[in-house]
Amino acid sequence: MISDPRPLSPHLQIYRWQLTSVLSILHRLSGVALAIGAILLVSWLGAASDGPQSYAAFQHFMGSWIGLVLLFGWSVALFYHTCNGIRHLWWDTGRGLELKSVYASGWTVLAATGALTIVAWAVGLNRWGP
Amino acid sequence: MTRIRSTQMRSPLGRAVGLGSAKEGVEHWWRQRMTALLLVPLVVWFVIAVIGLVGADRATMVAWVKSPMPAMFLILLIIATFYHAALGLQVVIEDYIHGEGMKLATLIVMRLLCILFVLRGVLAVLKLAFAG
Repeated sequence: MISDPRPLSPHLQIYRWQLTSVLSILHRLSGVALAIGAILLVSWLGAASDGPQSYAAFQHFMGSWIGLVLLFGWSVALFYHTCNGIRHLWWDTGRGLELKSVYASGWTVLAATGALTIVAWAVGLNRWGP
Repeated sequence: MTRIRSTQMRSPLGRAVGLGSAKEGVEHWWRQRMTALLLVPLVVWFVIAVIGLVGADRATMVAWVKSPMPAMFLILLIIATFYHAALGLQVVIEDYIHGEGMKLATLIVMRLLCILFVLRGVLAVLKLAFAG
């Protein structure tokens, strides 16, 4: 099909990466990941209600490398989506929308995500033992 | 009777109802914010609770669910999570799937899955809470 000669809007890869757009994409991406990850929550409760054998199998899976990687990804996505979600709710009140505050809150969200992930895993692994 | 100016595209009823061209007003947006607001404290509670349960055996976990607050909060968390997820996934599907038929089919399957996961989760919590 010959497209009409009107100028096209530049494609995504033309633009320089910016914190604002990257965090926006990450919010959607982490949201989709968390929707899938919520199945993990239901599986955990479902396994517990099905009986000791199912629960042992679930615990075994979560303790494996795949389980731990999934759990780690899930925790990063959860902390990021929650922190950035609070940022969105703050914006919804009409505040923090100047370019400077948008960048400041963006870096804050990234720092908070990192800090929360480190603290959660440090405490969690410490309790786990091995 | 007031005459409606011919430049006005919207009917008087449409203006009074105030739902705009999308025909559902700000309902989706509002529900997304309300579930988000509810999920913030629930997520904080859940993360702390799960870290507390690391390495716990099933008996400890069941005893925890049986204490009334966790059962209540878990059910609330499951419903709010999948409600919020369904609202978010809906927008993603509407943005990226262009064929009307495919879009509708994906939306229906997505919502059905969310409902099934809510039922599985809530029933599991109830069973743990009442039967153990």
